[in-house]
Amino acid sequence: MSESTRDAFEQALDTREIRGRSLYVDAWHRLLKNKAAVAGLVVLAIMVVLVLVGPLLSQWDHEIPDWEHYSTPPSLETGHVFGTDAIGRDLFVRTMIGGQVSLLVGLLATLVSLVIGVTYGAVAGYLGGRADNVMMRFVDAVYAMPFMFFVILLMVVFGRNIFLIFIAIGAINWLDMARIVRGQTLSLKNKDFVEAARACGATEAQIIRRHIIPNLLGVVIVYVTLTIPQVILVESFLSFLGLGVQEPLTSWGALVNEGAQELETAPWSLMFPAAFLAVTLFAFNFLGDGLRDALDPKDRL
Amino acid sequence: MRAPVLKVRGLEVHYRVDAGSLFRHDYYTIRAVDGVSFDVFPAETLGIVGESGCGKSTLARALLGLQRPKGGSIEWLGEELVGTREEFLRKKRREIQIIFQDPSGSLDPRMTIGEIVAEPLKTFYPSMSRLQVRERVIGILQLVGLRSDQINRYPHEFSGGQCQRVGIARALVVNPRLVVCDEPVSALDVSIQAQIVNLLKDLQKKLQLSLIFIAHDLSVVRHVSDRVLVMYLGKVMEVADRESIYHAPRHPYTRALIESVPIPDPVRERARARRSLQGDMPSPLDPPSGCVFRTRCPFAIDRCAAEVPELETLDDGNRVACHRHREIPAEPWPENEDGDREASTT
Repeated sequence: MSESTRDAFEQALDTREIRGRSLYVDAWHRLLKNKAAVAGLVVLAIMVVLVLVGPLLSQWDHEIPDWEHYSTPPSLETGHVFGTDAIGRDLFVRTMIGGQVSLLVGLLATLVSLVIGVTYGAVAGYLGGRADNVMMRFVDAVYAMPFMFFVILLMVVFGRNIFLIFIAIGAINWLDMARIVRGQTLSLKNKDFVEAARACGATEAQIIRRHIIPNLLGVVIVYVTLTIPQVILVESFLSFLGLGVQEPLTSWGALVNEGAQELETAPWSLMFPAAFLAVTLFAFNFLGDGLRDALDPKDRL
Repeated sequence: MRAPVLKVRGLEVHYRVDAGSLFRHDYYTIRAVDGVSFDVFPAETLGIVGESGCGKSTLARALLGLQRPKGGSIEWLGEELVGTREEFLRKKRREIQIIFQDPSGSLDPRMTIGEIVAEPLKTFYPSMSRLQVRERVIGILQLVGLRSDQINRYPHEFSGGQCQRVGIARALVVNPRLVVCDEPVSALDVSIQAQIVNLLKDLQKKLQLSLIFIAHDLSVVRHVSDRVLVMYLGKVMEVADRESIYHAPRHPYTRALIESVPIPDPVRERARARRSLQGDMPSPLDPPSGCVFRTRCPFAIDRCAAEVPELETLDDGNRVACHRHREIPAEPWPENEDGDREASTT
């Protein structure tokens, strides 16, 4: 580089308007550079659109059987592109409807556990001492309660309702989240930068919001990406026990479960829902990995 | 004589340590700072030296109100700080700021430099506009020798010295009157230490700051301080102006510290008699009776074990806490017996 161009370059550096950026804007740009994460994001977006729009485009309904086709393999001629199940319902529409339920349960239940778990864990860890002790013993107590008992209790008291499933699953999953977050917070709150924030006049609430929570994000996001698949599977287990979504409504978990029973006679009824479930879970994992890296400034390339 | 900005009198900070088991609590009290008194005058630097664990950092935290003192008084510009509400202390932190020892550890790894320096502005002046904040941040970054285009960088992209500059910028951005520097250079390379120390001195002159400069490195303290306070086991041993401390130390502990500074000349360094202190500092859980330094003091007499020496003000305004300060400075330091003498037997 010649002297004059270097001068010009430096001048450009000086006069360029400098805009303050925040962690989240930065993280978004970093996320977009991560190919796997972008792929995951795109797949999830397509999946959401598909499960919402798919049933509208199809000529079949998810509850009404096609009386002429029981347990038929996928075929364009019959119009059942994914085939039909044992009582003649179109598997494509059922997979899409099941996807709506599974994604909704996965996201909402995780959101419930995220909000409760992070708040509870961060407060317990940050306050420490006796408050921490009392709060974590409560977590232990709830943890010791059998999950099924809890769900059945909810069903009995409030009646069967799809939103109860979100609450029931979320109400169990936040316990893990709270423990993880509490442990992280305990180590974070003794860091010098928290003390520095206090010396800068920040209130306790500001410290939790500005310093503790952003530093928790990495761990939390990894855990969330593990929780979503777990929640989807728990929901299918509940459905199997007759406590989850009920026929004719369905979910991926329920479809996989039915398909597994007919594996020998109608393998397609397992393959399609299982493939959708697997692809979605992969996409969540890639996205989660990408988010974790994007939110850690030290990983920036 | 000018009026001091900060008057500390008989400050006590205690930690409670639970040494009991799961079901039984045994609390011990550590007197980390035990009856410390001193003044800080406008635009002067008070150096505080002492070994690790003598209560320097605890003292710094207590001055900021980050650690609640057990007793004594901290008077800041005529207002008492001890025993006041958290809200009041928070406001006072605009005037008293702190620079931490660990340059990168004191910066939030997930915040940009600009956000870090802007944080005190956001908490103390919530009504300030974004533009004003940014102008002030850029101004202060340039003052401490960083470029304005580095505002969007993260702490891990900087060296230790640069991080410490950011720490200094954060402390100065709200125009404090007093900055407590808690070993600001001990984590840095020697070459960087000089830069940072000189930066602090320049800024002090420019902004008319009072500094409390805590260090365990006597040569650095000598370079920056107007007066020096020597601490040992939570107590003040000696407070004196810089020249007296270095040329005519009165307290045997001060003398031992100064003797232990290595001379940067191998020939002279090897030739001089080893007069280092023997043994370790006694546990603050169980401090010695009388003078806390007596277990390691080669001049200790019976009186030292029986009576706690008062911090006595001398004719020249310097203060020393030693029963024998009139006789000792004339006496030669006893030679070590090859270092295997057990000095800390009580």
